[in-house]
Amino acid sequence: MYDGGKIITGVIIGLVFMTFPIWYTSGRAAKKPDIKLPVKEKQCVEPKEYMRVKHMQLLDLWRDSVVRVAQRSYVAFNGVKYDMSLQNTCISADCHAKKTEFCDQCHNYTGVVPYCWDCHIEPKEEPAEKPQAEEKH
Amino acid sequence: MNAIASLILSGGAISMLVAIPFLAVWVLPHVYGIRLEWLFGIVIPYLAAIIFFVGIIYRVVKWAKCPVPFRIPTTCAQQKSLPWIKYGYAEKLDNPISTAGVVGRMILEVLCFRSLFRSTKMEFGAGGNIKYKSSKWLWLAAIVFHYCFLVIILRHLRFFTDPMPFFVPIIEKVDGFFQFFLPVVYQSGFLIGAALTYLLLRRLLDPKLRYISLPADYFPLFLILTIAGTGILMRYVLKADVVSIKELTMGLVSFRPVVPEGISVLFYIHLFLVSVLFAYFPFSKLMHVAGVFLSPTRNLSNNSRIVRHINPWNPPVKIHTYEAYEDDFREKMIEAGLPVEKEAALPADKE
Amino acid sequence: MADIPESWKVPPPKAWKLSTPEELVKDVDHRPLSLLGLEKGWMRTAPDVEIKPGMHCHAALPKRLETVDMPNPRQWSAMDEDWKLPRNWKEIILEGFKDRLGRFRSFQLFMDICVRCGACADKCHYFIGSADPKNMPVLRAELLRSIYRKYFTTAGKLLGPIAGARELTLDVLREWWYYLYQCTECRRCSVFCPYGIDTAEITMMGRELTNLLGLNIDWIAAPVAFCYRTGNHMGIQPHAYKDMIEFFLDEIENVTGVRMSPTFNRKGAEILFITPSGDVFGDPGTYTCMGYLMLFHELGLDVTWSTYASEGGNFGFFTSNEMMKRLNAKMYAEAKRLGVKWILGGECGHMWRVINQYMGTMNLDIAEGSKLEEPVSPITGTKFENTKSTKMVHITEFTADLIRHNKLKLDPSRNDHLKVTFHDSCNTSRGMGLFEEPRYIIKNVCNHFYDMPAGTIREQTFCCGGGSGLNAGEDMELRMRGGLPRANAVKYVHEKYGVNKLACICAIDRAVLPNLMEYFVPEVDVTGLHEMVANAMILEGEKEKTVDLRGEPLPGREESE
Repeated sequence: MYDGGKIITGVIIGLVFMTFPIWYTSGRAAKKPDIKLPVKEKQCVEPKEYMRVKHMQLLDLWRDSVVRVAQRSYVAFNGVKYDMSLQNTCISADCHAKKTEFCDQCHNYTGVVPYCWDCHIEPKEEPAEKPQAEEKH
Repeated sequence: MNAIASLILSGGAISMLVAIPFLAVWVLPHVYGIRLEWLFGIVIPYLAAIIFFVGIIYRVVKWAKCPVPFRIPTTCAQQKSLPWIKYGYAEKLDNPISTAGVVGRMILEVLCFRSLFRSTKMEFGAGGNIKYKSSKWLWLAAIVFHYCFLVIILRHLRFFTDPMPFFVPIIEKVDGFFQFFLPVVYQSGFLIGAALTYLLLRRLLDPKLRYISLPADYFPLFLILTIAGTGILMRYVLKADVVSIKELTMGLVSFRPVVPEGISVLFYIHLFLVSVLFAYFPFSKLMHVAGVFLSPTRNLSNNSRIVRHINPWNPPVKIHTYEAYEDDFREKMIEAGLPVEKEAALPADKE
Repeated sequence: MADIPESWKVPPPKAWKLSTPEELVKDVDHRPLSLLGLEKGWMRTAPDVEIKPGMHCHAALPKRLETVDMPNPRQWSAMDEDWKLPRNWKEIILEGFKDRLGRFRSFQLFMDICVRCGACADKCHYFIGSADPKNMPVLRAELLRSIYRKYFTTAGKLLGPIAGARELTLDVLREWWYYLYQCTECRRCSVFCPYGIDTAEITMMGRELTNLLGLNIDWIAAPVAFCYRTGNHMGIQPHAYKDMIEFFLDEIENVTGVRMSPTFNRKGAEILFITPSGDVFGDPGTYTCMGYLMLFHELGLDVTWSTYASEGGNFGFFTSNEMMKRLNAKMYAEAKRLGVKWILGGECGHMWRVINQYMGTMNLDIAEGSKLEEPVSPITGTKFENTKSTKMVHITEFTADLIRHNKLKLDPSRNDHLKVTFHDSCNTSRGMGLFEEPRYIIKNVCNHFYDMPAGTIREQTFCCGGGSGLNAGEDMELRMRGGLPRANAVKYVHEKYGVNKLACICAIDRAVLPNLMEYFVPEVDVTGLHEMVANAMILEGEKEKTVDLRGEPLPGREESE
């Protein structure tokens, strides 16, 4: 081989870059999302398969409907009517009570940063709940 | 091979490549109940990766085994000669004599496509009046294409790392700078489409390009366009189960492969085409990525008058020596008053 | 005078006549196909490839090849049906191909990595002037790549034409030959290639392969054979060489009144001077040669000429690496024999590509034990550090240094009748980077200098149309077509500034450009740089000069006679 040193160095650098995910991940078992499902409520506004893939589009639709045409009522696939509200319907005590135990699980896993919370105030959860309650008093 | 035949061949090849995972992952289970997700989700991607890495190393080692007998840089600026003749940064980069200069030249070449940036367009007017105009479109399309491709690959690290390295969200932020549509539109996906379309159209519309283009030129364009297209479809239109997909991709990189339920056929088409691209890479012109680093007209310094370059096979050759030359012409030389080595030998006999 | 190569006197075939410039450019259309792209592609050879008269050179005569032990010497012509090839010609080519792939990384790499982006397509002077699509650099290379793919890649073996591969047939060989000898190895395309693919490398390899079958052209083979035996391309024997220089001395004396006395083959001289024999042999190079003589005399330089190493150029470079080495070896051999300290080289293009990029690598071993040392100008004391290893200095580097140090008495007004432009030679430009030295000299020896437009000079300079051994007479149409971009740029400065002199630093340019100018821009004349230097130089003890070296009256001095 001619200029072997330089070429092999180059190849190794290239390989290191190209195999980045392998050595970056190795030793660290990927933590799968651990979703806590609602205890009481068994049915979401749309079937699970639909929600898994397209919830963001639904929420986008809700937002437009509420903010732009003041239409708050959503008729679900099974005829049940829901109030279009992220914080009162989705993240309510009966459904996905905690953002950290539901939304964040998948979003963190897949590196998604939804811009819901650019406008909505993030719901405060357990450890933070007490001071919130105090404030109210 | 003319343009039409090349188009039909490459277009046909791409259609087949799309059809294979479609049939295997969507039709087979529905009709025969056979499930082949493991093949398209695990076996083929692994095979493709192996071919990719082994192939590239094989090709580069093959190049490395060829010696570089002569130092032949293409000199594109004033040489370093007399101290008062300007040899500034531009000259050091376009006509380097030092390692630093060569490194600089290679960086410009690899990261900025320096040579392509010089490009001109010739216009042949009536009566043979020729004009040369600056023409940066090819450079622009090439640079947009390559950088978008890089951004897209880096963005995809979100499927292959957990937790994500710090730079991935930054890249996503920048790429989604305009924050419109939901999910946020990444410019890179559409820019790469535009750049590829330009590169394809110029092959089709410029008669010179149409003449030189082979199926091997259309095929990668189609392939990458289809990959980008399926990706865009998945992200913006048909949607995909990102969590399951990440389970699959993380399974691949952690060598604990799994095939989760609920992944759409579109994803398998996308993944299969990417696998094809990986496997095709080492056997194609795409190897220019590695080759550009080894190009002897770019990666050598123009200093062979200063430092001797060694040719490892420098062959011994038969030379017409001065002695043979003098033997041939001695009489005439002496007659003409030219000095000779063996003055008295032959002419003495003749006299 | 000297032995003029016989082939050089052969008139072009009667059937062919060079058309007028207007006719020549009339049908040039750079769109190789109709808009639909339905036509057959480039892989088809016969009957698409037609070897046209006026566009190729005569075949090498057998005795040339015999002189230097090249294979398959025989009488043949490219227009013949039968090229009289050895029966196993295909094996020879493929073996040779494989061998070269293994010896030249450039070749192997350039076969592999082209993406056919087309950046090079309209950069070739032959394509610009002829619009023959196979003169696009990328396609010239594809002619070889298609064979490479067929015999040396798996995809090509399996997929054939789909992978851009094709059989090596006699027609392909013909096509190779035709287009390999329509490339002047000027490297302009490599400036624009994003991977630095250099068609010159591919052409060189291709020509080496054709040489394995005895398919050289006589315009290259003859100089090679002559150079091997007599030491120079023109076949000038030692006594004749001296005669010719002495003839120049008479001429110089007539013009200046000063008699000079150069030495030949003198041992113990400080400097050995080597220049292309074209300067000794043909106008207007001869005036440049007189310029060297006058310069050396005026400086009192301890310099000697050699009749053994009497060739700066190297047509072996256009034949094969081995042949280049064989011919080049004489420079160091002679420097060693004469015991000189360094070598000074005259104005030449490919000579300097060889010296700059090949000579040290090939032949520095020969110089071992010689008295060669790092060149120092005896006049100014300047160390030529950029020549530390090869010990050979370009005369424009040498002269520019002299002028910078005020060592020459110059009267640029003697060149006031000249409006000068400068033609950068391909090889000194893209194989060396010699741009400022000649311009500095020109600006100091004349008052009217105008560069041609950007894009046609410096690293983007155009070939004269006859480099790399294609400066014959029988391929005049090829030369005119290839020279068109250069002529067009000269015409531009001629019309804009009234330029009437085209200066150059290359012996092939001096042989080729006069025809080109006569054809396209007859008002412009060609000169070597040192002819202008000599004309501007005030010699010690010169008589009142009324004419220049060409015997043409000097401006403002006609009356004094």
